[in-house]
Amino acid sequence: MPAATRSPARRTLGDRLFLTALIGLPLLALLLFVLLPALASVALSFTTWDGIDLAGIDWTGVENYTQILTNYPPFWPAVAHNVLWLLFTALLPTPFGVFLAYQLDKKIRFTRFYQTAIFLPMVLSLAVVGFIWEIIYDPDTGLLDSVLAAAGTGAHPDWLGDPDLNLWAVLVASAWRHTGYIMILYLAGLKSFDPALKEAAALDGANGRQTFFRVVLPALKPVNVIIVVVTVMESLRAFDIVYVLGGGTGSKPGMELLSLLITDNIIGESGHIGYGSALAVLLLLVSLAAIGAFLAQTFRRQDT
Amino acid sequence: MTQASRTTPAAPGPGRRSVAGGLLGLGAAVLATPLLTACGGGAGTDPRTVTFGSNGADATPKSAYAALTKAFTADSGLKVKTNTVDHDTFQKSITSYLQGTPDDVFTWFAGYRMEYFARKRLCSPLDEVWDTIGDGFSDAARQLSRGADGKYYFVPLYNYPWAVFYRKSLFAERGYETPATWDEFLALAKRMSRDGLSPVASGYGGGDAWSVLGAFDYLDLRANGYDFHLSLLRGETSWTDRRAVRVLDLWRELTPYYQKSGGGRSWQDAAQSLLDKKSGMAVIGLFLGQQITDDEIRADLDFFPFPEVDAAHGQDAVEAPTDGFMLSRRPRNEAGARKFLEYLGGAGAEETYMGVDPSNLAVHERADTAPYNALQRKSAELIAGAKHISQFADRDSDPGFISTVVLPGLTEWLGHPDDGTGTLKKIESQRSRFFTA
Repeated sequence: MPAATRSPARRTLGDRLFLTALIGLPLLALLLFVLLPALASVALSFTTWDGIDLAGIDWTGVENYTQILTNYPPFWPAVAHNVLWLLFTALLPTPFGVFLAYQLDKKIRFTRFYQTAIFLPMVLSLAVVGFIWEIIYDPDTGLLDSVLAAAGTGAHPDWLGDPDLNLWAVLVASAWRHTGYIMILYLAGLKSFDPALKEAAALDGANGRQTFFRVVLPALKPVNVIIVVVTVMESLRAFDIVYVLGGGTGSKPGMELLSLLITDNIIGESGHIGYGSALAVLLLLVSLAAIGAFLAQTFRRQDT
Repeated sequence: MTQASRTTPAAPGPGRRSVAGGLLGLGAAVLATPLLTACGGGAGTDPRTVTFGSNGADATPKSAYAALTKAFTADSGLKVKTNTVDHDTFQKSITSYLQGTPDDVFTWFAGYRMEYFARKRLCSPLDEVWDTIGDGFSDAARQLSRGADGKYYFVPLYNYPWAVFYRKSLFAERGYETPATWDEFLALAKRMSRDGLSPVASGYGGGDAWSVLGAFDYLDLRANGYDFHLSLLRGETSWTDRRAVRVLDLWRELTPYYQKSGGGRSWQDAAQSLLDKKSGMAVIGLFLGQQITDDEIRADLDFFPFPEVDAAHGQDAVEAPTDGFMLSRRPRNEAGARKFLEYLGGAGAEETYMGVDPSNLAVHERADTAPYNALQRKSAELIAGAKHISQFADRDSDPGFISTVVLPGLTEWLGHPDDGTGTLKKIESQRSRFFTA
C-alpha cells in the first residue's frame, strides 16, 4: 500500500499505542531524570536536610536564600569570580580562537599541524590538563618559577596558593583549552563559507579587516550564536579545572565559584542539601537569564 | 547509486517499525539497568566472605591492610573481599556510601566524626565485640570508641602523635637545641632563618589544607587548654572569643618563619624539604615516616613536643588521631563481620599491621612493642604521658565546618596574617549552620 493513501484518521490502535510508547517513554525518562530532580532541588532549597533520613527534612522558607545573600562570606566573591571568568573568557580566548580560525582557514603551510596542536588541550582529559598545569605552577620545581629564577628575578610567586593570583593562574589554564575549542567551532563555520562573497568584497576594494568584520562575521551568524552560548555556558558552569587545580577538595580562598560552593555544601560528610540546593537554584536563575536574554534577542532580530 | 542500496526497500529485512521498536527496547533496557543492579546488590551473600571497605590506598597502608586480611583468613577460614578507595574520595563520599550498600566493615576515624554517623544510625553498635576485646584497651581508648549514647561503635587499630619533627644531624651540626617554650621556639626559628634555612616547613596547597590545623590545634591546646579547644571545635563557644583571637595572635608570630609559597605546595614536598635539610622543623604527624625510604634518614629523624605557651596548661595535651574500624548499618554477613572486628581488635592484628607500616603505634595494651623503632618508642611515651588526647580538628569537629569554613578562612589568613578578627568573624558567622543545639 502506498504511504500517501494513509490518512491520520485511519491509524490503527496498534499504531497509536506504538506512537504513544515511542514518544511517551523518552518523555517519561526526561521527566524522571531531568525535570523531576530539578524541581526537587527547587523544593529542597526551601528546607534544611542532612541528606540521610527523609524525616530529617525541615521546611524553613526562604531562610537559606537570606542566609546566602546576607551572611555567607564566600558567596559574593564567588559571584564576582564567575563574572570575571565570563568577561575574561569572552574578551581574550574567544576572540583569539576566532582569530586563529580565520588565519588557519587561509591556505597557509602546515595548517593541519597547527589545528591539531591548538585543539589538543581539548582532547586531553581534564585530570591530565590539571596535572600539566600543576607541574607548571609548582612553587619548588615548577616550570614557571624555575624560568623566573633562571632569569634572575627575585620574584617567587605562589601561583596556585596566593589568593590574589590563583584565579588568574586558573583562567590562563582554562583559556588554553577554550581557545582550541572556539577555533575548531569557527573553523567548521568558515569551511562552509562561500568564497565568492570574499571575492566580491575584494573586488569592491575591502581590505582584510573590512572583509572580516563586514562580510565574514555577519554571514556566519549561526556559528556566532553558538560561540556566544558556549562561552557563556562554559563560564557559568566553570568547575572542573578549578576543582582539579584546587586539589579536589572544594573551593579555595581566591578561587570560589558558584558551582564549587554548591558541591562544598552537598558533597562531603555532613551535607547541607537544602543550602546547596538554594545555591544551585541561584546559579540556574543566573544561567537562564543570561542565555534566555541572548537567545530571545538573537532570534527576534532574525524574525523581522 | 549502487545496486545494493537500490534493492534495499524491497528487501525483506527489518522494517522501519521494528528498527524503531528495537531502539526503544534498547533505550528502555539502558534506563532500567541502574534499577536492576541496585536491586541485585543485596543478593549473592556468601557466608564465607566478609566485605571490607578500606581508605588505605597509599602503598604502605595498602600492603599493611592486605597483610591483616590475609592473617585473618588463615586464622578463621573466612575470606575478606577488600574494596580500596582513595583516602580523600572515601571521606568525601562516605555519607552516600554508608546509605547505599556499603561493605560490612569499613575504616574510619575516632572522635566527633565517628559519633556523627552513630547519631545518624548509619553504623551498628559493637557492644558484643567489645565484650570480647575490651580488656585489651585503656580507658582513653574505650572512651574514644563510644558514641554519645554510651554504646561502642568503633574498634581502634592504631594512633600516631603530632609533634615538631627535625633532623638530629642538622641540629648537631648547627648547635641548635630543642625548645621547650614558645619564646625559645621563636628564637630558634629566627636563628634558622638567619642561617638561610626555612625554619618551619609549610605545604598546604591543593587538597592538603588540613595540614595547617596541627599548628592551630596545638596553639589552642597550649594557650587555652583542652576543654576550651574541644568546646570551640564542637561549636559550643564563639569563634570570636578573645581566647580564639589569642591563638591567631600567637600564630602570627610564627608565620614569618614559615617556608615560603606554602599555599601551592603539597605536604609531601614540605616534608621532603625537612628531610633534605632545607627546612629546619615541621609541625606534622608521625605518618611523615611513610615518606622515608632511606633507613639512615629514618634513624636521624626526631621530634620534640609542641612547646609550652601557658604554664597553666604546659604540654599536657597530645594530638594523637586514632584510626580504626566500624560496622555498617546492615552488614550482609553480620556474624563474619563481627568475627573480623574481634580479630582486628586483638593484639595480634595490631602487630601484623605495624610490622608493615612502622609509622603508627598500636593502641592495644598487650601489643608487642619490642620491634618498635626509636621514633615509635618515643611517640608511645609521649602519648602515654599525656593528660589529654585530642584527635585533630577535622575529627574533633564537624568535618564540613572545618573543610568549608575554617580551612578556607585560616589558609586565606595565612597568606596575609594581619586581620585575625575579621577571619574569626567570618568563621563565627557560619557556626550556627553546622551546630544547632
